[in-house]
Amino acid sequence: MSMAVSSRTLKLRVSAKKSVADGVVVLDLEHPDGARLPDWTPGAHIDLMLPGGLIRQYSLCGDRWDACRYRVAVLREPEGRGGSAYVHDRLQVGDGVGVGGPRNNFPLVPSERYLFLAGGIGITPLLPMIHQAQLTGADWNLVYGGRSRGSMAFLDELAGYGPRVHVVPEDTRGRPDLQAWLGDVRDGVRVYCCGPAGLLDAVEAACAHWPTPTLRTERFAAAQQELPVRDAPFEVVLANSGTNVTVTPGTTVLEALRRVGVDVLSSCMEGVCGTCETTVLDGRVDHRDALLSHDERVTADRMFPCVSRACGDRLVLDL
Amino acid sequence: MTDAPATALRSAGTRLPVSALDPFDRDVLEDPLPLQAALRDAGPLVYLSTHDVYAMARYEQVYAALRDWQSFESGGGVGLSNFRTGKPWRSPSILLEADPPYHDAPRRVLAGLLGPHTQRRLRDKWRAAAADLVDELLAGHTGNSAEFDAVASLAEAFPLRAFPDAVGIPDSGRENLLPFSDFLFNAFGPRNDLVALGAPRARELSAWVNSHCQREALTEDGFGAQIWAAADRGELTPEQAPLVVRSLFAAGVDTTVHGLAALLHALATHPAQWQRLRAEPRLVRVAFDEAVRWASPVQTFFRTATGDIRVAGGVVPAGAKVLLLLGAANRDPRRWDAPDAFDLSRDPSGHLGFGFGLHQCVGQHIARLEAECLLTALAERVETIELAGPTRRRPNNTLRAWDSVPIRVRLAR
Repeated sequence: MSMAVSSRTLKLRVSAKKSVADGVVVLDLEHPDGARLPDWTPGAHIDLMLPGGLIRQYSLCGDRWDACRYRVAVLREPEGRGGSAYVHDRLQVGDGVGVGGPRNNFPLVPSERYLFLAGGIGITPLLPMIHQAQLTGADWNLVYGGRSRGSMAFLDELAGYGPRVHVVPEDTRGRPDLQAWLGDVRDGVRVYCCGPAGLLDAVEAACAHWPTPTLRTERFAAAQQELPVRDAPFEVVLANSGTNVTVTPGTTVLEALRRVGVDVLSSCMEGVCGTCETTVLDGRVDHRDALLSHDERVTADRMFPCVSRACGDRLVLDL
Repeated sequence: MTDAPATALRSAGTRLPVSALDPFDRDVLEDPLPLQAALRDAGPLVYLSTHDVYAMARYEQVYAALRDWQSFESGGGVGLSNFRTGKPWRSPSILLEADPPYHDAPRRVLAGLLGPHTQRRLRDKWRAAAADLVDELLAGHTGNSAEFDAVASLAEAFPLRAFPDAVGIPDSGRENLLPFSDFLFNAFGPRNDLVALGAPRARELSAWVNSHCQREALTEDGFGAQIWAAADRGELTPEQAPLVVRSLFAAGVDTTVHGLAALLHALATHPAQWQRLRAEPRLVRVAFDEAVRWASPVQTFFRTATGDIRVAGGVVPAGAKVLLLLGAANRDPRRWDAPDAFDLSRDPSGHLGFGFGLHQCVGQHIARLEAECLLTALAERVETIELAGPTRRRPNNTLRAWDSVPIRVRLAR
């Protein structure tokens, strides 16, 4: 029975691609077998592994009750390094794409009142949060700014929420009046903001007189990481037993270890539970788990071999 | 245990095997293996006429159902009683008996607190505590052998010392923890004599536990205080914090006790495996998970169908309760070679003894660390372990528990 023990290096298939606003396409991603995808929570993102070693992070903006589909929205960034251009111009329905994560650095905390502030494509992580706020019966508002209505994605979807949504296209209405929304401190309100750096800076300044746990932001531009994506085999050296094993692109480190008779206790096979934690003695790890924080990923001397891999030719493990 | 083939036409015209077997029958609780086999063999989905619920006993279906929180919710209660139609006896757990989105924040806070990194922080301290405990136990004996009850002296003693310390409660009153969770796990079953037996103290024990979930009752450095700190950061509401602390007491002690008891019983009855473990100390982690697979200290949990859910050609109708037999799945020959063997050369990865998916035991790393520390201390000091008298089960509607496992150990030179 391979069902439980075979791991899935997530290679998903583009099942739909749709232009939803000027310069914004939405991708639906599914497992080629139609299998369940790893669970996620609002605010989570996935890594898309694009050709040329580019990794781009996109917030999940679909419905977590749909276990078999991820949805991301990609803004064309003319100044970017080609990731978004590839998604816009080359990636087609039916194509495969490597996916890492999901991870969540921008979780929604429980509250009875929320203020969501979105700038442009920064609406994406807020969409599932809004859905959830609605589900729990919270009192919420969304202020959504953008250059023009034509550039703002998901307006049709948001229209269903009625007067809680405040759409502010800059060309006709100028920038959102942050003072009006944030001038008076209101007890228990949680503020979530995602968008360009200018908006985040302005919101941070406008929130300065609020109690500290009020504001949570995600700087999606700064979150890009440039890890080399390795599409070649690498060597894993087991320090204690002196064994070496080659890990090919189609297998996980865990599977490769198992093939040479080294069982590492594991469970979820999705980089979520942490059971297979293994100490790394040498080599740089391409961390793909959902457990390590951003800082830990840089410094960690451990890895989760059910999903994580090597950046270079060689990893030495304490096994 | 004969199970007359019959047909239930419960919904959507599908034909389901019906079983009149009762998973909560006293004899079954004493030895659930025959019922597990019968329900596995009856089919992937079975209707249990005694309790008007559905059941899955094969690994494939239990595994899939545990992951599929969208179809099989926990918010209807993970016991037999259905919160959608009746009132729970206590306020439901905000972890075990909650679904997204309500489950998210408590889970995230606890997962962050009890993650694999915690093992590094606690390992030295718990290794020393386990060594002390075993030394104290062996010191009272003369000659090169000692006899004691593995349940009381090790399986209960160690978690009761280590875990409440880590949570941050005082020594006094800890004797309430095991009766509290024993009742809790009984209450997931039908209102039988086991529940009646625990009922008189339920209110008092709950009150004691609740009073130790408040900020003032907790030391400044424990998990409890960290949960309150998360509330201060806004990651939980102040109302949620004590309930998250409560979940540590409810799910963190008894389960580990019976996991350790299962492990010690397994090793006492499998001398060759004990010798392997002594020769290869790195097998302690495998040994614990293999014991959790083999004995499945948590035998069953219920879910509630969120709609008419298709399972292997059958249908669980909307709102129906579904019994997931973790213990049966962990012994399913369709998944495991020689499932009834306790075998340290097996890779038990993927067992369902900690559950699976969104609600998988958030404290599993803590439990593994407790087992690692206790077993290491024992293996360093003890050459052989064997039963020293008749063992006795402690019947519980959810747990497969030992009341007494008398053992004799020969000390290592």
